[in-house]
Amino acid sequence: MIGCVEGTADEDFSVSADPETTASTADPHTVFETRGLTKVYGEGSTVVHALRGVDLELREGEIVVLVGPSGSGKSTLLNILGGLDVPTEGRVFFRGTELTSLGQRALTRYRRENVGFVFQFYNLIPSLTALENVDLVTEISRNPMRAADALALVGLADRIKHFPAQLSGGEQQRVAIARAIAKRPDVLLCDEPTGALDSETGIVVLEAIDAVNRELGTTCALITHNAAISGMADRVFTFANGRITGERHNETRSPVGEMTW
Amino acid sequence: MFAWIPMSPLNRKLLRDIWHMRGQVLAIALVIAAGVAVYVTVVGTLRSLEGTRDAYYERYRFADVFATVKRAPESLLQSMAQIPGVKWVETRIVVEVSLDVEGMDEPAAGRLVSIPPRDRPLLNDVTLRAGRWITPGRPDEVLISEAFSDAHGFGPGDTLAATINGRRRTLEIVGIGLSPEYVYSIGGDNLMPDDRRFGVVWMGREPLEAAFDLEGAFNSVSIALLHNAREAIVIDALDRLLDPYGGTGAYGRSEQLSDQYLSSEMDGLDAMARVAPPIFLAIAAFLLNIVVTRLIAIEREQIGLLKAFGYSNLAVGWHYMKFVLLVSALGIVGGLVGGAWMGRGMTAIYTEFFRFPFLYYSAPPGVYTFAALVATAATALGALNAVRVAVRLPPAVAMAPAAPPVYRRSIFESFGLTVFAGEPTRMILRHLSRWPVRGGLAILGIAMAAAIMVAAMFSADAFEKIIEVYFFQSQRQNLTVAFVEPQPVRIANEVRRLPGVIAAEPFRMVPVRLHFEHRSRRVGVTGIVDGADISRLIDMDLIPVEVPESGLVLSSRLAQILGAGRGDTLVVEVLEGRKPVRQVVVAVVVEEYLGTAAYMRVDALNRLMQEGSRISGLYLLTDPAESAVLYRAFKDRPVVAAVVRQTAALEMFRATMEESLTIMTFFLTLFGAAIAFGVIYNTARISLSERGRELASLRVLGFTRGEVSYILLGELAVLTLVALPIGCVIGYGFAWLIATNLVNDLYHMPLVVSRATYGYAILVVLVSALISAVVVRMRIDRLDLIAVLKTRE
Repeated sequence: MIGCVEGTADEDFSVSADPETTASTADPHTVFETRGLTKVYGEGSTVVHALRGVDLELREGEIVVLVGPSGSGKSTLLNILGGLDVPTEGRVFFRGTELTSLGQRALTRYRRENVGFVFQFYNLIPSLTALENVDLVTEISRNPMRAADALALVGLADRIKHFPAQLSGGEQQRVAIARAIAKRPDVLLCDEPTGALDSETGIVVLEAIDAVNRELGTTCALITHNAAISGMADRVFTFANGRITGERHNETRSPVGEMTW
Repeated sequence: MFAWIPMSPLNRKLLRDIWHMRGQVLAIALVIAAGVAVYVTVVGTLRSLEGTRDAYYERYRFADVFATVKRAPESLLQSMAQIPGVKWVETRIVVEVSLDVEGMDEPAAGRLVSIPPRDRPLLNDVTLRAGRWITPGRPDEVLISEAFSDAHGFGPGDTLAATINGRRRTLEIVGIGLSPEYVYSIGGDNLMPDDRRFGVVWMGREPLEAAFDLEGAFNSVSIALLHNAREAIVIDALDRLLDPYGGTGAYGRSEQLSDQYLSSEMDGLDAMARVAPPIFLAIAAFLLNIVVTRLIAIEREQIGLLKAFGYSNLAVGWHYMKFVLLVSALGIVGGLVGGAWMGRGMTAIYTEFFRFPFLYYSAPPGVYTFAALVATAATALGALNAVRVAVRLPPAVAMAPAAPPVYRRSIFESFGLTVFAGEPTRMILRHLSRWPVRGGLAILGIAMAAAIMVAAMFSADAFEKIIEVYFFQSQRQNLTVAFVEPQPVRIANEVRRLPGVIAAEPFRMVPVRLHFEHRSRRVGVTGIVDGADISRLIDMDLIPVEVPESGLVLSSRLAQILGAGRGDTLVVEVLEGRKPVRQVVVAVVVEEYLGTAAYMRVDALNRLMQEGSRISGLYLLTDPAESAVLYRAFKDRPVVAAVVRQTAALEMFRATMEESLTIMTFFLTLFGAAIAFGVIYNTARISLSERGRELASLRVLGFTRGEVSYILLGELAVLTLVALPIGCVIGYGFAWLIATNLVNDLYHMPLVVSRATYGYAILVVLVSALISAVVVRMRIDRLDLIAVLKTRE
């Protein structure tokens, strides 16, 4: 029927040498670079400034935590980095390629190959088992790991045949993580991954993210309301009113298992 | 939206819900409108025809009983008037002649009907459409029927040549008229009206008496009955009176050709009004049910909240019922307006077939009210169950989210059918097997759309089959010559010697009344020669049927009317000549699609008549190159009453059928497409609203729009593809229903559905599905990824 596959003529995602779309700081270890990122929703009296000029760099292999009150702009930033949304002004570079210059098709391709997402409400497909939910992604990826391996990595080797309705919230979130990392993405973007979970289950989920980061070297960006989580990060950015109001380096990342909240 | 209208917040919510779901609302309203429109069109047209017919018959004094005699003295008038139950009697002279129209090679058939020169006829009055009434003392002045005059462009002042009792006379047309006897203007043995080749000519009584040696006598009588008279008793008394004068048996309106056709057309409309609207309304009710069920599922928490605030169960139920009623009101208004418009169009088409002095579409208000009430009730009933869910939902349960759906491996997988299928295909199969009832209903809805179109086009297939059998297998002559009176058999040899005649096959036609048990029927028995080859009887399998040496052959419809079958003995009451009454056995019943005919071998028929070998006419095969010469030869022979060209008959048959079928097929196709679109679009939209989150998740994971669309549209494709063969089967069932129910004395339809019909129905459904798919695809493209992911399931 209608289901033609997009992207046969897509822009490719190898780092472009085009000076127009290349970042000035061509540091090979920089994954993301944003410059003067602004996002405005609505117009007239209903206008909302979600981002008011954000400059940020994310480096390979680090875990970054974004904290701040609701509406401070963290999610908007994450959505823009993940290619789900586009800024009103400013530029975003991913490994030197300007995301802000890409069309819908190329952004889909970018999400497919480079980004793993984890959400607060898991967003698993209820009609597919844990294994099949992961397979959903490995089927369309270039160099994925085996779905069973991805599930083993998050500690779910024995639950792979269960449907989402048969899994606990924490288990569902770990399936979501397995699904996000099975394609070996460059970055893992997590929006409140423990928001819907109790502390004990939340820690298991965070351990899974930490394991992925250590074993695969995947760059992770995490949004949270929970300041206790900041300890597991290399760097912590504080957001308020659409701006970054603080940045903190952790000399050493504290082990997730020791956290409590 | 709607903020400016002062109303309660709940009503405002209602309007916004409707606006928000406008695509679906429109699709459902369209289906309701189709049902209402079909009803209003058909019943409105039917009531208009009935009203017009009744008014016309009354105002122009259409007779109740008709009889023909050879020659009866005018003095009989008194005795006839004294038959109990008779209101008025009028005697006339009616004769068949051949007309010579300038510019037409073959002669046309004319029926001369006497009228009083000074007064108006007592019965079967003629409406003057143009010109004036005939003048006493001017024997050649005539009125002609409007249909005939329209076909030839005649007007008052023109002339017309007629061969009257062997003498050629030039008639002067002074007026154009219409008569309730010829609303459906059909002459002789024609199947369909042929306005070029059949005309009614009204002429003064005196010149007709003189020409046919009928001074002080008559050969036709019309009778109007008193209100409480019993037709059968009057007919019996009349037959007794006329019998000595060569009476051929009186008959009532039900056997009067024009009225018979008019009635059978009305029966067809009535059948249509019974079948089509319920189907549309049932589908609309089903659509509303699934949409409201979904709406209530989405608004679960709001329902809980409303109840927690103190809204009563009834208030909540009424709120959703109002949604249903508003949608159906939208459809009803559209249907009433559309129906009135289409009714006007359909009535206009009928004015082409039926010659009324006036015919306007005017449906009584009851038609509209009834349509509106039934549609409202049907849709409300359809949504009742869904609304009941909202009413019963306890507030505490409603505010908690519904339990997530539990999926299983689908039945297809347990058979190992999906080993090679990817995850998206698995999603389609599991979703389908998770909600089998809903999928089944959607399949049924789509199937109904296809079925309606198969049924709509089946009539065209049936008539093609009738044409094939009748014109190309059975009646293979290219000319039929009918004589004024039965002629000695030797006339056949004379005709065979005429230029251009290749072969000639004689036939005899005898009017009889067949009796079996308490049933009887006036028909013509056709005598067919041994080894007839030009005009043959054909059975259902297209194999020629030999007419046996003795015994009757009945057409299936006639056998059905008489309740007689093979081997039964009928009483044959001959209505002309010496009028013998004999017992004859039914030898064969042959399946014929047209008319109510009876056949015998011509020699057997002549023996039964107790007269020498006589023939009523000839079936001819001729050389078309010599037609002009041949027609001239026939025009010069006074014994020839009519010459019927088979191609002209076929053209007329086609033209008449097409006129009525094309418009019906067009509307039903439109409605079928509306249903297909309504069902498919709603199914897709509901799927989309339920699974938007799932699909958005896939988009976020890097699935392209095409891949995501596949999951939703693939499901639609499965539903549609499964529905198509089912639709064809149901369509065949509808065709069967039509074929068995739409049986009248003029024709019955063979149950044949062509491949093209199935193909067309399938094509329309596929195109509707494709359009729905494109619309849904556009919605998938606009999925708000961020918003969807932020919300809880």
